[in-house]
Amino acid sequence: MSAGTAKLNVTVAEVKQINELVTRFKFVRTGGGDLPTFSGGAHTVVEMQDGDTTRLNPYSLMSDPADRGAYMVSVRRDDEGRGGSLFMHNSVKEGMEMVISNPVNLFSLDLRAKKHLMLAGGIGITPFIAQMHQLSHTNGLFDLHYSVRTASLGSYADELQAQYPNRVHIYHDDQDERINLEELLDTQPLGTHIYVCGPKGMIDWVHKTAEELGWPREAVHSEEFLAPASGQPFEVKLAQSNKVIQVGEHQSLLEALEANDVDAPYLCRGGACGQCETTVIECDGKLVHYDHWLTDEQREAGKLIMPCVSRFEGKTLVLDR
Amino acid sequence: MSKTEFPPSIKSRPVYGELEVRPGKHHLMIADAEGAEAILGLAASAPADLWAKTHIIYIPKKTGETFTGDLQALNPAQMYVGPSYEAAKQRIEDTFAKSHMGLQVYLTGTEGLMGQAMAAAIAAGIPHTAIQTEHRGSTARRMQCVHCKGITEDVTTDPFVCSHCGLNLFVRDHYSRRLAAFQGVCIDAEDPGNVPPQVEVFK
Repeated sequence: MSAGTAKLNVTVAEVKQINELVTRFKFVRTGGGDLPTFSGGAHTVVEMQDGDTTRLNPYSLMSDPADRGAYMVSVRRDDEGRGGSLFMHNSVKEGMEMVISNPVNLFSLDLRAKKHLMLAGGIGITPFIAQMHQLSHTNGLFDLHYSVRTASLGSYADELQAQYPNRVHIYHDDQDERINLEELLDTQPLGTHIYVCGPKGMIDWVHKTAEELGWPREAVHSEEFLAPASGQPFEVKLAQSNKVIQVGEHQSLLEALEANDVDAPYLCRGGACGQCETTVIECDGKLVHYDHWLTDEQREAGKLIMPCVSRFEGKTLVLDR
Repeated sequence: MSKTEFPPSIKSRPVYGELEVRPGKHHLMIADAEGAEAILGLAASAPADLWAKTHIIYIPKKTGETFTGDLQALNPAQMYVGPSYEAAKQRIEDTFAKSHMGLQVYLTGTEGLMGQAMAAAIAAGIPHTAIQTEHRGSTARRMQCVHCKGITEDVTTDPFVCSHCGLNLFVRDHYSRRLAAFQGVCIDAEDPGNVPPQVEVFK
């Protein structure tokens, strides 16, 4: 189960297509009442009953944290993905009842910062929308640099520019506009923190450039949700539960545990938070790590695995679960 | 004096490292007394263009002219030599206020100097874990009297007499990052006049 997060029963109040790839969903509490508060950068895990499969996908909350009447998330359709975003786009309709987790924030603002510099790529814009709402209530200082493929695929770009003139800068890939990162970072006043959310390449680029320019590691924040990678099916022995389970080609180890009624902890389901960390008792084969959590030394030691995204190739894997 | 070994203590007590040159667009080095030796020690591993991007703020205290010439010879972009932290405070705060990200901060010398400059750097928005420190020279302490809140600089004995209210104070390892001072607590509150002999524990 999700560590420390009760479930929320919600009703879909609005489904709005934003552009050809992105659709926005608005959730209100079923039966009325306020939703729990959250802070900008938080996500919720949406449960989807897709036939026999339960899908659990994390989505960043993009609504105003001060508005407890409704939560909003935006979902980018991934035709090549495992089916969660397609389910949201094709099967979720207004009036439908769904279950979501309490908000969890792994990408919060560091409020000690003198200034917040936000760098978004594509659908990575969503947590920043909530953070900008939050900062504007407290007169916080921020700038957003938002890279989009084309103007028509730039979700919320026009609204944000209208709402925060001079603070929002849009870069269009198809017009060869690029964030001049080095110059941008060079001109930031002392006490600035960077937040980056977008494709892996963008996140790595920002971390690397900032490090080379002498930015403290603690002043650079990033969030990237990984979808669990597909791979060869494999078998796992569970020492505590005394079970042997099969993990399917397009199923994560965590999902296989849940499908076999093993109550495993989780939070982000995207390799970021560390909650699902599991001890490896025996491993005759190769652990395939995809997470952002374990250190290189921990990977080398081979005693831990993050079941939400990582896999196994080989003969025998025994987990302490 | 070389790198100082402090006895093991409570978590509150600051620990110090060894300065190393880190990548950065600008470098601010603040030192007092023998801290100059730590800066001079960086020269061996420093890239050629380091000093042209470096601002040194130096308070020689009792070392007088011993190190100022050698520091000047590094040819830093900017160098200030002043009589006390108090005298340099305005300059330090002003430097932080006008700095940009990419600034590396190096603090070296006595605990009082490093603690006060650290507090100024944190107030300017630098995460404390990103600020380098190296202890050199005297282990004399900057103490706050927890009773009258007065600060006594360069305390070398335990117990000591508060320079503000005159109480006999026991020197604790309990440290305040906000005040950049160790805490001094009255040692004879319950039995006035029963004060253990003063021992010079900090040189």
